[in-house]
Amino acid sequence: MSFARRVWAIAWKDLLAEWRDRESVTAMFYFAFLVLFLFSFALGADQALIRGASSGLLWLAFTFTSVLGLGRSIQGELENDCLDGLLLYPAEREAIYLGKLCGNFSAILVVEMVTLPIFAVLYNMDLWSQLPKLMVIAVPGTLGLAATGTLLSSMTAGLRAREAMLPFLLFPLTIPLLLAAVRGTEVVLLGEPFELAVPWLKLMAAFDTVVLVVSLMTFEYLVEE
Amino acid sequence: MVSVEGGGAPVSSGIEIRRLVKWYGSQPALRGIDLAVAPEEILALFGSNGAGKTTLLRILAGRVRPTSGTIRVAGHMLDRDGNEVRRALGVLAHGHQLYEALTARENLAYATAMLGLDRPGERLAQALSRVGLESAADSRVRTFSSGMKRRLALAKLMLREPKVILLDEPFASLDLQATKVLEEFLMASKAAGATTILATHNLTMGYGVADRVAILRQGRLVFDGRREETSLEAFRALFALHGEREEGG
Repeated sequence: MSFARRVWAIAWKDLLAEWRDRESVTAMFYFAFLVLFLFSFALGADQALIRGASSGLLWLAFTFTSVLGLGRSIQGELENDCLDGLLLYPAEREAIYLGKLCGNFSAILVVEMVTLPIFAVLYNMDLWSQLPKLMVIAVPGTLGLAATGTLLSSMTAGLRAREAMLPFLLFPLTIPLLLAAVRGTEVVLLGEPFELAVPWLKLMAAFDTVVLVVSLMTFEYLVEE
Repeated sequence: MVSVEGGGAPVSSGIEIRRLVKWYGSQPALRGIDLAVAPEEILALFGSNGAGKTTLLRILAGRVRPTSGTIRVAGHMLDRDGNEVRRALGVLAHGHQLYEALTARENLAYATAMLGLDRPGERLAQALSRVGLESAADSRVRTFSSGMKRRLALAKLMLREPKVILLDEPFASLDLQATKVLEEFLMASKAAGATTILATHNLTMGYGVADRVAILRQGRLVFDGRREETSLEAFRALFALHGEREEGG
């Protein structure tokens, strides 16, 4: 009971602080918009080219904005030594990890949901009919990004070059996840049978499971000084 | 390597430190500290910046790993029973460890959930009232003065009855009323059997609440004695003799 209460308390605190300031979500959303906007110019009006590149562009925007959000999330804990305070609670380290993960996952997912309509307008795509299928791909993809990023951002929190280290570690580690997410999204956006996305979904599920298990096992050692 | 003593159940309470050494790279921070602080005892630890006070407190709180030595807190080996040690600890750190986007009430509600306390509403209202922040309970911490933030950090410490209390510069930014509240809390905790170590530059305040006084200099404990054996003036002279400079006292 107290384990779940602690997970909820950390996620609630992160989301409430974010709702009050809207610093992180605003920056993430603006960044996602910029990425999509600039690439829409770069690709021009070639519809075939746009359709072929759209799923990659969408996940490029999601990944970059995730890094921004994850970095700011840990930055909030570093202010006023709050991370020290958090680690001084007699809480299971797994509860702390899961609480931070829930907060990060929710914030990233919200930004993705707001980004999707802009993507649809800029790239002239009909997403609405495909939205449920798109969500089936986006949720495990985002969970994998948030799970890996939460672990890495906590691990690099004490480093002076943490802003550079987080993407440096996150991007290579999430290549299998991003590959699966891009391919799965491509299936949905091109209107192909959804069965073709199932292997990619399985890959994402396997990635998420491995990352979650490894994170829960190692978080305690990685956050200690 | 931190050695592990004994095997089974905890054998004592309070704080026991043996041959504690901490190096930051090639820089020694603590050079062999032996110290025992009993339950119902308040130890005031004095020393100038860089003497090793904060490092010692951070090691005791389990936030910094020692290079070598044995530490037992509230009867638990620090390197083995981290969560048990944290359960016994109450820490007032140098930073206030409050979330500025949240209100005072929300910060304390978060702390009660993390500490797994029962009757959270009652404890929260009591703590806010003790530090005189009831009227500011629903204001965001961002709007607080540094003194108010320090009081709220004190309220967070007061949410429960820790067995071991670690205070880093506890008198900084506290006005007279809040200092009195802190002193009352320390006395009540002492009566309840708590062990306290407070690290400060403020000789007068630290000496005033302590049962024992100690001086840490360049990572070594150069003086450790009962307060009643040394008058404040004599201790001040001793402090100066060790090349230390008093602040705020």
